Amino acid sequence: MSDGDKEVLGARDWQSAVHQALREADVTIVAYVPDGGHRRLIELCNSDPSMRTVPLTNEAEGPCVLAGAWLGGRRGVLLMQSSGLGNCINNFGLIKAGQFPFLTLITVRGSWGEANPWMLYMGRSTRPLLELADFHAYEVDAPEDAAPTVEAAAQMVFSCSSGAGVMLTQRLTGAKRFTS
Amino acid sequence: MTAKPKRSGLDRREVVKRILAGNDDVLAVGGLGNAGYDLVAARGEHPLNFTIHGAGMGGAPVVGLGLALAQPGRRVVVVLGDGDMLMGMGSLATIAAQRPANLAIVVMDNERYQETGAQATATGFGVDLAGIAAAAGFPVALILDDRARIDDAVDKVLRALGPVLVNVKISDAPVPQLPKLRDGVLMKIRFREKLAVE
Repeated sequence: MSDGDKEVLGARDWQSAVHQALREADVTIVAYVPDGGHRRLIELCNSDPSMRTVPLTNEAEGPCVLAGAWLGGRRGVLLMQSSGLGNCINNFGLIKAGQFPFLTLITVRGSWGEANPWMLYMGRSTRPLLELADFHAYEVDAPEDAAPTVEAAAQMVFSCSSGAGVMLTQRLTGAKRFTS
Repeated sequence: MTAKPKRSGLDRREVVKRILAGNDDVLAVGGLGNAGYDLVAARGEHPLNFTIHGAGMGGAPVVGLGLALAQPGRRVVVVLGDGDMLMGMGSLATIAAQRPANLAIVVMDNERYQETGAQATATGFGVDLAGIAAAAGFPVALILDDRARIDDAVDKVLRALGPVLVNVKISDAPVPQLPKLRDGVLMKIRFREKLAVE
């Protein structure tokens, strides 16, 4: 078995558990801009008939589509990478003004073992930006922590109409490799 | 860059009134600026109005998308200005890909950023939002610039298999503001109560 195969199998375990946690939280709208770290979860959501997946052109659409879904009585989640958080910021004004629940799972590029300097700025900015928005920020490094963290975040977000970002670090997802 | 004045266009309040007045089942989302006042002028502070104020420019069509996916049995109508739509132009691709049959977007196109001093928008220089929506895959996308065709356009907004985009060429003459609820929490609660969702 190659190293690449090991990564895929490891990823399948925690991502299946996260998918199950989202199902149990009654999340049925899954908006995303893809990231390698979300690949398996996106596939699981795409093949789940209880979930409607909404690929976005820009993460800024995410808070809006989730607010609209909530107005209509459905719960959603936004999957994106750390770069996308920057695109969302202005539309957090809508989330805050309406006290909409907001749940996002963010794969944090520019974290553990990053080899691409262009990713460092938003990677380092992810937690401070979530906190500036007064959202809870949960960091997940270990596979066994991913689903319980998503479950806890969803419980808080939808019960308290608050915001939370679950940060999936590169200790969990693995750092992207580059040919030097 | 300046564009010539456009006082000859349709009356925005008349068009929105024709869409919403008496249609109490329609879920309406209003974009920034005058669009929110258009909703209030058409059917008052209706519980199924949700309007965006300031933050969220470009976001109204996607709020409409989320709502349309959550409530597939209801008609969802988004009213917003051309500047607002231009900021959210990528969402036309997002919406076209989802094909929500119950969603209509009505752009009030005065070719101006009216709220901020009537600076010209790109539509004043020939950018065709209906053409862009059609190219994205909206099954119905048209320009409304003739008062005699309002009924036909309203019918499409309310009944055609969507997503629908109607770009209404309106006058850039200033319209009066109205008293308007800006409390997003109250609008949200009111909306969900009316829909009886938990």
